[in-house]
Amino acid sequence: MYISVRDRPAGGTTRGSSSTRPPVGRVVITLGIVSLLTDVSSESVSAILPLYLTAVVGLTPVAYGLIDGLYQGVSALVRLGGGWLADASDRPKWVAFLGYGLSAVARVFLLFASGAAGIAAVVTADRIGKGIRTAPRDAMISTATPTEHLGRAFGVHRMLDTIGAALGPLIAFGLLVVVPDGYSVVLVVSLAFALAGVALLGLLGPDVRARRDRDASSGPTPPPFRWRDLTDRRLRPLLAVAGVLGLLTISDGFIYLALLDHGGVNVAWFPLFYVGTNVAYLLLAVPIGRLADRVGRARTLVVGHLALVGAYLCAVLPTSTAAATVGTLLLLGTFYAATDGVIAAIAGRLVPVQARSSGIAAAQTVVALARMLASAGFGVLWLLLGPTAAMATVAALLALAVLAAATRIPRLDGAAVTT
Amino acid sequence: MSTRARVLVFIAVVVAIAVAATVYVVDQGREVRAERAAEPEAEQTPIAEVTDGPRIVFRHTGLDSQYGVVAVVPLDDPGGPRAFTGVSCNRVAARPDGASCLISNDGVAASYEGVELDADWQQVASNDLPGIPSRTRLSPDGTLVATTVFVAGHSYMSTGFSTATEVHEFGDGERWGNLEKFQLVVDGREVNPVDRNVWGVTFVDDNTFYATVATGGRTWLVEGDLAERTLTSVSQDAECPSLSPDGTRVAFKVDVDPGRRVEWQIAVQDLATGERTLLEAGPRGLDDQVEWLDDDTLIYGMPRADEPGVTDTWAVDTTPDAAPQLLIEQAWSATVVR
Repeated sequence: MYISVRDRPAGGTTRGSSSTRPPVGRVVITLGIVSLLTDVSSESVSAILPLYLTAVVGLTPVAYGLIDGLYQGVSALVRLGGGWLADASDRPKWVAFLGYGLSAVARVFLLFASGAAGIAAVVTADRIGKGIRTAPRDAMISTATPTEHLGRAFGVHRMLDTIGAALGPLIAFGLLVVVPDGYSVVLVVSLAFALAGVALLGLLGPDVRARRDRDASSGPTPPPFRWRDLTDRRLRPLLAVAGVLGLLTISDGFIYLALLDHGGVNVAWFPLFYVGTNVAYLLLAVPIGRLADRVGRARTLVVGHLALVGAYLCAVLPTSTAAATVGTLLLLGTFYAATDGVIAAIAGRLVPVQARSSGIAAAQTVVALARMLASAGFGVLWLLLGPTAAMATVAALLALAVLAAATRIPRLDGAAVTT
Repeated sequence: MSTRARVLVFIAVVVAIAVAATVYVVDQGREVRAERAAEPEAEQTPIAEVTDGPRIVFRHTGLDSQYGVVAVVPLDDPGGPRAFTGVSCNRVAARPDGASCLISNDGVAASYEGVELDADWQQVASNDLPGIPSRTRLSPDGTLVATTVFVAGHSYMSTGFSTATEVHEFGDGERWGNLEKFQLVVDGREVNPVDRNVWGVTFVDDNTFYATVATGGRTWLVEGDLAERTLTSVSQDAECPSLSPDGTRVAFKVDVDPGRRVEWQIAVQDLATGERTLLEAGPRGLDDQVEWLDDDTLIYGMPRADEPGVTDTWAVDTTPDAAPQLLIEQAWSATVVR
């Protein structure tokens, strides 16, 4: 993989340059490493949290469930707030810093929290931090990258992020081997990674500011952010497409459960499903991002959902267990590579420059809410029809939705973008 | 600050963090190893001394060489010397002729195991469990085993978590499967909610049991019937029931602050009259399946706030104003073998 950590050449020299591939900007690499460090921190904790809460803190069913639920749901709610704050202040770096900082501080309190209420508060703070930081960070990547390389830039960022997510559990369980029952050791090391990430962003993170940067160039100063910017005619079709496809995107947990139901797969493999999907995702994030830049990002986003259709079918079709497992995880990783960073890349350019963070946050929130609804609805379908028929039904509906969404691709990929 | 200065400050910060974390890891590693090499503080007795009479079986939680090992004390001297069995369990339940022991093997591919042991603590059967151990109980004559675990990846539920509770015959016999598949009858009506969870079985005999069913954010005390494969609601707001030795009363946890927070207290319900007694002076915020010491006393585990990993077993009378008393130090998951 070729990644250069040089500053992006100033003044559009890349376009005419004879080099085949311009370097990825320092902004993207720095933010990617911040995400990597933070993901090592958060994923090492989530890997051990269930064990820690049940075996050490002594919590059991409902208390654990309450905390787990918070862990899943909280961040979507504050995402729009973080986006708005970044746009209104034109200080995405420091809003992101606030988010990363809040999560790091939460780690400190996790060391001392005992009992359900304390731990629930800490977990909530951590997730609020994640919600605040995501959109401003993506807006910085968007602002710092030339439009034609956005897909690859987000691919590089998501790859680094996913490397952190894959390393976190390995580090956590490695530490537990070195220090038996050393949950506090995992929490302290997790805190160390979080602090390193916060320090990197604070000290070396670029202070990318869409409005100020525009001001410095010759063009007119953009007006301050208004909520009206979010109803931009260009953004609406993206929100509609993302919402409809999201309604047929069930959570990974179901797909993995269907795989288990496939027969012959030992439950002990369950955690490795996540690892397998992550590895596929991190390997494909950059190539698919580059592909998106060439063939159209909206096209990649929409067609990428066919990989999800494939994953649904692969998990339940009567093939060999090995083929089903490898195929499902590979297709699921492909789906994430074609959608997660790509949608941020699209959303950031479909709103006026002063609303970039909010636009990205809006798209991500629509996706998150639609997927929550999808999983709730699929739970009913699973019980009514059983896993195979339920998955096949959703696969068929999603294939139809992809066809319908495909009619919007020209409008999205052809839309005038803000640079 | 110039970029160069920032880079230097960043390097200094990272080095400081790395050194501090490494020192802590090495130091903790040494401390834990020293702890785990130490002899238990609690007095010990040979296992033969306690295997015949009425006794209490529990998981020892002293941070020493016997951490997590199942221990036994005589019923008439719970605070006295304990005998170690050599078997490690996260959760344990025992009857005169055998025990059920739930184990978690941590790791990137963590695995969970339910093991059945005979009266001499020798393994007679072993099954894979689909998640982290939470509860286990045996039927009064020891022929049935119930296990509850948290299932990984089930967190799509509205409540955000999922349990799997199964019943099978001791020593790998007949299996009734996940109790979620049983027909649920709430207030006389057959219902089929998708988000149901079942946990905390307590057996009446080899067909009938009580358990908790949760759905839609509420919990029910249910009476289960293995032959009919049904769960029938008895009353609302009850978790992790435990049947008294004389079979007349059920003790369970009640969330006395039903809002965002969970604050459990113990309540006891008379099965004949339905009358419920809240142990107001009893423990607040306990999270355990209580066990009956005798027909008037309950025991339960509580983690020590200041010592992570260490738990004590407490006893409390079944009257509203009874205050808890420490019964066995460094003990968790206790069952009474009569």
